[in-house]
Amino acid sequence: MIHVRKLLKRFGLKTVLRGLDFEAAEGEFVALLGPNGAGKTTFLRILASLSRPTLGEIRMAGYALPDQAAAVRRRLGVVSHLPLLYGDLSAEENLRFYARMYSLADPEKRIQEVLDLVGLTQRRRDLVRTFSRGMQQRLAIGRAILHDPEIMLFDEPYTGLDQDACAMLDQVLGQVAARGRTVVMTSHDLTRVAPLASRFDVLSRGVIAASASKEALPQDGLLTFYRQALEAEA
Amino acid sequence: MTRLRAERAPFKTRQASPAAAFLRAVSAVVWKDLAAELRSRELVSAMLVFALLVILIFNFALELNVKARSEVSAGVLWVTFAFAGTLGLNRSMASEKDRGCLDGLLLTPVDRSAIYFGKAIGNLIFMLGVEAIVLPLFTILYSINLFHPGLILVTFLGSVGYIAIGTLLASMAVQTRTRDILLPILLFPLAIPVLVAAVKASAGYLASSPMSEIAPWLNLIIAYDIIFIAVAFMVFDYIVEE
Repeated sequence: MIHVRKLLKRFGLKTVLRGLDFEAAEGEFVALLGPNGAGKTTFLRILASLSRPTLGEIRMAGYALPDQAAAVRRRLGVVSHLPLLYGDLSAEENLRFYARMYSLADPEKRIQEVLDLVGLTQRRRDLVRTFSRGMQQRLAIGRAILHDPEIMLFDEPYTGLDQDACAMLDQVLGQVAARGRTVVMTSHDLTRVAPLASRFDVLSRGVIAASASKEALPQDGLLTFYRQALEAEA
Repeated sequence: MTRLRAERAPFKTRQASPAAAFLRAVSAVVWKDLAAELRSRELVSAMLVFALLVILIFNFALELNVKARSEVSAGVLWVTFAFAGTLGLNRSMASEKDRGCLDGLLLTPVDRSAIYFGKAIGNLIFMLGVEAIVLPLFTILYSINLFHPGLILVTFLGSVGYIAIGTLLASMAVQTRTRDILLPILLFPLAIPVLVAAVKASAGYLASSPMSEIAPWLNLIIAYDIIFIAVAFMVFDYIVEE
């Protein structure tokens, strides 16, 4: 579903990604771990067609980036630490706007379904700027799944959420966003991603330094695997 | 996998021609900007207050007799529109950046120039709305009748050119930390041709000059509008992508 070969990204003289190779099969949930500055957000922005690769080959759902970016975007949902929603529009109006941008055939029905899924039907007419951070993030997930994408990208979705909001987001992620979709998620919170992901990749210094499936993790867990990967890279 | 995908509510996207999809995306962006502005009234009120302050300051700063007023009015009018327009352009794009909304727009599977045209039409509506309020007030304060069909045409065409280049540059400036000061620095030099032509054409209409004197300036504004709309159509995608 996601196929990346020798991806290179430079910002001026600074090289952020250094020939990165990455694969994700259909239905796989990949947690992308790594220290600050490792290039996780840059990698996700390239997959989301928000940033242009300097060199390398990328195919998403069978389409090449950046040449077939519009076809990729139709099959892609993105959730980041920012909600990507308009504060002066209501929850319903935000979803209606995105439904028009995605040319959904029956937008009102789909908006109702999504609001039910993320548990915001009661607040549908309230302005987004009056929502708590946790509610904004739930609506952000609703926006991202509105067009029923095949691939989901999550960039630090837990940033700024309190414990209750994190637990609620876990529930929404597991039930709604990840179900049956190919998912790539970056996070610093290993305890949050451990039960969700089926594979763990460690991105360090612009390359995938280590990769392990859930079953292949060492007995003492994800934290040991993560530390070993970073120590081996150092 | 097949079973899991089937669990999700199926839905369809509209099958439409590329032109229809383009127009739908443009209208969606315009609707979104108008709906948000109707709620907050931040952008138009800021532009309007700023524009009124500028014409009041000029009114008191320049000791104007009737003859001098008719000579400088066109210049004062376009300085007011340019300053207020810059304020609106900055605010319009800043609202897209605040919650990452620009990324949300860029993630949609539409031709990205549709986003540009949607934003530009929204900005033009706001600017024309402010101009519609400023013109009568200017008429009262400066004792000059600005309700001449030719002058209204110049105001419209000049605003189109100013917004066409302004929206493009605001999309670029909003991605930098110094966006508030960067936009005027980039915009004013590039907007000089359309502003000079608009001032000359407006002054021509106010002085009841023959059409042969006004026509070259009018043609320059139209050429500027066409060129910068075409440039924006071609380069917007590259400007907003990192």
